[in-house]
Amino acid sequence: MSARIVVPKTYKLFIGGKFPRSESGYTYEVLGVKGQFLANAAKASRKDVRDAVVAARSAQPGFAGATAYLRGQILYRVAEVLEGRRNQFVAEIRASEGVSESAAEKQVDRAIDTWVWYAGFADKYAQVAGNGNPVSGPFFNLSTPEPTGVVVTIAPQGEKGESLLGLCAVLATILASGNSVVALAHQHQPLSAISLAEVLATSDVPGGVVNIVTGDPAELMPWLASHQDVNALDLAGAASLDWVSFEELAAETLKRVLHPVEGIPGFSLERITAFTETKTVWHTKAMG
Amino acid sequence: MTFLDYAKAPESTKILSLRDSYGLFIGGEFVDGHGSSFATISPATEETITHVAEATAHDVDLAVHSARSAYAKTWSKLSGSERGKYLFRIARLIQERSRELAVAETLDNGKPIRETRDVDIPLVAAWFFYYAGWADKLEYAGLGPNPQALGVAGQIIPWNFPLLMLAWKIAPALAAGNTVVLKPAETTPLTALLFAEICQQADLPAGVVNIVTGAGTTGAALVSHPDVNKIAFTGSTGVGRGIAKLLAGGTTNVTLELGGKGANIIFDDAAIDQAIEGIISGIFFNQGHVCCAGSRLLVQENIHDEVIQRLQSRLQTLRLGDPLDKNTDIGAVNSKAQLERIQAITDSGDAEGATRWSMACEIPTKGFWFPPTVFTDVQTSHRIARDEIFGPVLSVLTFRTPDEAVQKANNTPYGLSAGIWTEKASRMLAIADQLRAGVIWANTFNKFDPASPFGGYKESGYGREGGRHGLAGYLHSDSAKGGGR
Repeated sequence: MSARIVVPKTYKLFIGGKFPRSESGYTYEVLGVKGQFLANAAKASRKDVRDAVVAARSAQPGFAGATAYLRGQILYRVAEVLEGRRNQFVAEIRASEGVSESAAEKQVDRAIDTWVWYAGFADKYAQVAGNGNPVSGPFFNLSTPEPTGVVVTIAPQGEKGESLLGLCAVLATILASGNSVVALAHQHQPLSAISLAEVLATSDVPGGVVNIVTGDPAELMPWLASHQDVNALDLAGAASLDWVSFEELAAETLKRVLHPVEGIPGFSLERITAFTETKTVWHTKAMG
Repeated sequence: MTFLDYAKAPESTKILSLRDSYGLFIGGEFVDGHGSSFATISPATEETITHVAEATAHDVDLAVHSARSAYAKTWSKLSGSERGKYLFRIARLIQERSRELAVAETLDNGKPIRETRDVDIPLVAAWFFYYAGWADKLEYAGLGPNPQALGVAGQIIPWNFPLLMLAWKIAPALAAGNTVVLKPAETTPLTALLFAEICQQADLPAGVVNIVTGAGTTGAALVSHPDVNKIAFTGSTGVGRGIAKLLAGGTTNVTLELGGKGANIIFDDAAIDQAIEGIISGIFFNQGHVCCAGSRLLVQENIHDEVIQRLQSRLQTLRLGDPLDKNTDIGAVNSKAQLERIQAITDSGDAEGATRWSMACEIPTKGFWFPPTVFTDVQTSHRIARDEIFGPVLSVLTFRTPDEAVQKANNTPYGLSAGIWTEKASRMLAIADQLRAGVIWANTFNKFDPASPFGGYKESGYGREGGRHGLAGYLHSDSAKGGGR
C-alpha cells in the first residue's frame, strides 16, 4: 500500500477579506532553513498593495465606529481561533524557521497572549489617553483619542521566533484603537502570515480591516509610503531596508511614522496611541 | 454721525519704550548678531517700529550652544518646583506688563488692540501659569514612568499670534525641563524681544531661553542644527513637509502645527443669531490669519439665503481701520506678501465663477488692508474652497443632509478644526465623532485655553499643544518604545 499523497495549500494574498492571487501572476519560492521547497507565495505588485489600501480605507470607518467593547471581543476572538489552530502554526513555524517544537509552541503562545492583551486595551486606551479639560469658561471640553486611519506596517523580519509573533504584535497594536491596516508579511517566512489571515477571516474581523500581502517590502514600500490615502507607517520590521527613504516619502503627506525596532515590539500603550489622533470637543454650557 | 459711527479712541503707544534696534537674545543677554539687520514695520502704517538683527547660521549655533550649556549646567539640575517658580514669575510679569505687550503686538502685527488686550496677552499669561504648575508634577501626567526632558528645543513660530505662539512653545518646553532656542516670525519679532526682557526681569538662568530673529534661512539653520533634540514648528504645511523630510530617519522629536481649511457647519435648527456671531469670529477674528479658521461655511440649504443676508448685514456693522483704536474690529493684514496672496486667491474665486461680496468700507491709504469678503456659489473644486487663504475670506457651500455635511467637511487634506451649530446635542456629538479634525467647536468657535489640547489630523500636522497632551512633545519616558513619531 503506497503512502497517501498530501494536499499542499496554495498561499495567496489577503485583501478585502478575500484571498486573491497577485494580479501580476508572480510568485516566489518559500524555502525551509535547509533549502527545501515549502511553497510558492504570491509576489504582490504595486496594484495589489493599492487595492489593499482601497480595501483598508473603505473598511476603516465601520471598524472605528464599532463599539470599543465589540472591537475588544473581535481581537479576543482572534486569540480564540488561533488557539484552536495552534498545531498548524507550530508545524509551519518549525518548517519555516527550523526551530524546535517547544520554541515554536512558545511563539504561538506569545502570539495568542498578544491578542488577549490588546483585546483588553480596546475599551480602555481612550480612558487612559484622553481626559476632560478644566477650561476657564462655561464650556464642556473633552479630549479623546481616535484611530489615525489606514496604517501600513512591515512585520518584524528576524530569522527566528518572529514569523507569526512579529506580525501579531504589530497588527494587534494598530487594530486595538480601530485603525485598518495593510501589513507586509515576513518576506522569507510568510506562511504563518497567510495562515493567520485565515484565522482573521474566520474571527469576525470585518473584511478589509486587515490586509496581508507577501512579497518584497523594498519594492512595495515606496508605493505605500507615498500613497495619498495612507495615514501612518509602522516601520517595525524595516531595519534592514532603506527605511529613511520611506520616511522621506511619508513626509510629503505628513504621515505619522514609527521607526524600526529591534526584534518584536513589547506590549505598549505608547504604540497604540502612536496611531491615534487626539480630538478635542468644545461645547457651550448654558441653562437656557 | 449715525449710531454706528464712533469717536476715535486710540490706545496710546506712550506705554512703549522701544530701543532703536535689538540684537539677538543669547545666553541671557542681547548680543550683536553676525548678520545684517532688518526693519520691523507696522502693517497698518508701513512705518518702521525698530530694527532687529538677522541671525546667521553661526548665531544660531551660538544660541544652541548656549541652550545646551544652560541645560547641562543649570536647568536640568533644578528641581521641578524651582523651575515652576520661574514660570510663575514669568506669568506674573506678563500680567504686569500686559498693556504694554498688547500695544506692542498690535503695532507690530496689525491686529486690533481689542484682541491683543482681551485675548492674546491674557492667554499668554494663562499659558505660563498653567504649565508652571506642571513642572513638579510631570510623573502625574500619565506619560509613562520617569518622564524626562528631551534637552534643547528649537522652536519656530508664525506671525499671526506672535507672543501667544511663543507661550504655546516655551511654557511647556521649560516646564518639562528643556531649554529653548526660539525664532519668531520675520514680520513680528517685537514681542519676543520684549519677552526676552521679561526673562531678564524674572532672573531666568542665562541660556534657558534664547531668541534668534530672522527669516527662513535662520529657521532652516535651527531645524538642521545637529545638537537640537526637538523641533516644534507652527506655520505652513509646505514648510512642515520640508521639516519632516529633512529630519526623516533622525532621533529629533518633531511636532508640527500646520495649515487648515476648517469647516463651520450650520444646521437649520441652529440659534441663528449666535451662529452669525460664530461665523464672524470663526473667519474674521484676527483678519482670518488663523490656522484653525472656519474658512469654509457649510450651511444647510434651506437657510442659506437667510444666513447670508444676516451675515452680510452684521458684517456691515464691523469697523475696519486703525488697529490701535479700541473700537476697531478688523485690523491690517500682516504684510504686503500676505495681502498679495489673499488677492491672488480671491481673484481665482472670481475667475472660477464664485460670487464675491465685500464689506463696504473705507480702506486706509497706507498699510495693508483687505475688507471682510464672502464668496457664495462656491463649488468644492474651487481653489477658494480648497486652499488655505489665511485672510478675511469666507467660502460658502451648502448641504442637505448631515451625511453630506460630514462628507464635505472631511473633503480636504487638512484636519485642524471644525465648527458645528445645532441646538440638537445628540446630532452635534454624532457629527463631532465623524469629523476628521483635531479641534471641534460646537455652538462656539476659535476658543483656546492652556488646559485644552490643540492640533491637527492628516496634513495639518502632528502633536498637540495645550493641556496634559502638550507636555508629551517635550518629554520621553522609560516606557516609550519604537521611537519615531
